[in-house]
Amino acid sequence: MARTDGVRPLFTWTRNKTAKSTAATGAGVAEEVTHIKDAEHAGAWQLAWWKFRKHRLAVASGIVVICIYLVAAFAEFLAPQGAGDYSARYTYAPPQQLHIWDNGEFGLYVHGYKVRVNPESFAREFVIDPETKIPVGLFVRGAPYKLWNFIPSNIHLIGPVKAGQPMYLWGADRLGRDMLSRVIHGTRVSMTVGLVGVSLSLVFGIILGGLSGYYGGGIDTAIQRVIEFLLAIPTIPLWMGLAAAIPPTLPPLQVYFMITIILSLVGWTGLARVVRGRFLAMKNEDFVTAARLDGAREMSVIFRHMLPSFASHIIAAVTLAIPVMILSETALSFLGVGLRPPVVSWGVLLQEAQNIRTVATAPWLLLPGVAVITTVLALNFLGDGLRDAADPYSD
Amino acid sequence: MPRYVLKRLLYMIPTLVAISIVAFALIQLPPGDFVTTLAAQMSQAGDTVDPNTLAMLRRQYGLDQPIWVQYWIWISNIVLYGDFGRSFDWDAPVSDLLWNRLGLTVVLSLTALVFTWVISLPIGIYSAVRKYSIGDYAATFFAFVGLAVPNFLLALILMYAALRFLGISIDGLFSREYVDAPWSWGKFVDLAQHLIVPVIVLGCSGTAALVRIMRANLLDELYKPYVTTARAKGLSEWRLILKYPVRAALNPFVSTLGWTLPELVSGATVTAIVLNLPTTGPLLLRALIAQDVYLAGAMILMLSVLTVIGTLISDLLLAWLDPRIRYK
Repeated sequence: MARTDGVRPLFTWTRNKTAKSTAATGAGVAEEVTHIKDAEHAGAWQLAWWKFRKHRLAVASGIVVICIYLVAAFAEFLAPQGAGDYSARYTYAPPQQLHIWDNGEFGLYVHGYKVRVNPESFAREFVIDPETKIPVGLFVRGAPYKLWNFIPSNIHLIGPVKAGQPMYLWGADRLGRDMLSRVIHGTRVSMTVGLVGVSLSLVFGIILGGLSGYYGGGIDTAIQRVIEFLLAIPTIPLWMGLAAAIPPTLPPLQVYFMITIILSLVGWTGLARVVRGRFLAMKNEDFVTAARLDGAREMSVIFRHMLPSFASHIIAAVTLAIPVMILSETALSFLGVGLRPPVVSWGVLLQEAQNIRTVATAPWLLLPGVAVITTVLALNFLGDGLRDAADPYSD
Repeated sequence: MPRYVLKRLLYMIPTLVAISIVAFALIQLPPGDFVTTLAAQMSQAGDTVDPNTLAMLRRQYGLDQPIWVQYWIWISNIVLYGDFGRSFDWDAPVSDLLWNRLGLTVVLSLTALVFTWVISLPIGIYSAVRKYSIGDYAATFFAFVGLAVPNFLLALILMYAALRFLGISIDGLFSREYVDAPWSWGKFVDLAQHLIVPVIVLGCSGTAALVRIMRANLLDELYKPYVTTARAKGLSEWRLILKYPVRAALNPFVSTLGWTLPELVSGATVTAIVLNLPTTGPLLLRALIAQDVYLAGAMILMLSVLTVIGTLISDLLLAWLDPRIRYK
């Protein structure tokens, strides 16, 4: 199997544009012919993009993933309330339905609540009151916040027109905090734990996997033994042990970094294996030998010639590693040994749902789980599509 | 074959030594020791804490010794006498606590493993043979969903559903009347009934992964020339598929057994905490939080050893299936 060195010929871009204009005007046959001609000149990245584009589910998932990261970036603006805003008057308020049509014309509103005493348990509980209407608006002024800690604002994408009126689209928790807002704020922490953890794993993985695959011999054996050993320890007990060692007095930010380090301690092994496998497969390729005979220094052979040609594989492996990190953080925080309140992550939110009795009274506390599942599914589909596209020369 | 087994057994020794060191280091990581925790608990409860008593307790438990001396005492007691020390928190020998729960942990993990294989093998084969059929798409979809749902969330949802729609509570492994009863047929049936939910929860992600692996492996084999040859000779389609390509595809399948087991053990830890199962999970969590070092260390050690043994079994199975591996 011939493999080009991943250097992209610059003219493919212009040729691709002509191909598109022909396709738009010309007949199907002409399009086919131009495409085949095009494929001869297209670089590896171009081919990978074409292959990825055919994978509809992966493209859709990619869009979902981008949206989730946008939610993480603009959490303060998108959330109707702040992460810690509570209201003792509305504990365990059930979710309201957002109505879009008001008497036949466009108008957003939700119904209010009324208190009822449960005839069986005699507990006070909230029910939706269809009599009252709370008008809801877009870009309303609400609780003040600082976007990214320096842009002060109080505009929220959605919220009750009259500030202070109850709007709980995803229900409220035991302190009357809005679940929707908390899930949106949790997105930032949960998504970045995955990113930071994977970046750390990637650094370790590339260095150690690269050493292992490029030099082979004693170094390879040693690193492989370490990887096998780390994989031999059951991860959750190992993580639980390490996470329990984090002193409870540490500030939340440091706990966050400790958790990501703990997660990447095991996470790098998978990436190191991918990198090693690629190095082994590529070490004796013609273009590598050519670069070496050309007098390129070792670093230059690795970073300029070898790394670009398997970067696509690394991107795919990284995408598949992020959901594992997210799931692990969620599990640890759920058990109470991961992130701790007041930090808000999906795992921390799910910890509220640990007790089956609580879940029975307020099933909407499981909603952060929906966020976890959607994210992990989207990332897995995206990673799967990327992995298929990573090797554009197969079939 | 005996030479290969011997070689693999010898390889296990350095791994086990390293694991014991890591397990011991792990339990020493938290700042302070059990006596500090105890003192904190006592002062919280309003008792006065006498420093002399604390020093005496430290000496009694050997906590005043240098760390390597503590390790040496710990590990030599385990290896030579099978003595895992005493749990400070439970005030009972660690081995008693451990054996009580390890048995059920192994039963749970193995049942989940068998469940995973029984479900994923036929689905994987079907998916590969009927590629791009509706059944294949359905299997693929469920496999992805199964991978995306965290174990504990699935456990919570099933518990909620059982409580809401069936009106039964499904935590624990035994009904109340059987918890302390001696083993009998009734207790066994009761255990089997309680195992269903944990096994489904534990098997879910494993099944999803194995279906994908089996499908990919079989697809690699299905279009090889030997399959065409067998078909040309007139073998019936299903017999042909089960006899040749499936057997070849099973090979990488077996090698995944090595990592399925640690995953099951890990999954069992979290699931057991949610479902309140009397296995090692809840005990470990409590021991770690209370800094009950000997109990926590012994459990991490035992779980890791279980995993190493699982890897060994999978390697041996693999060598038995594929002669190329044992002669390499």
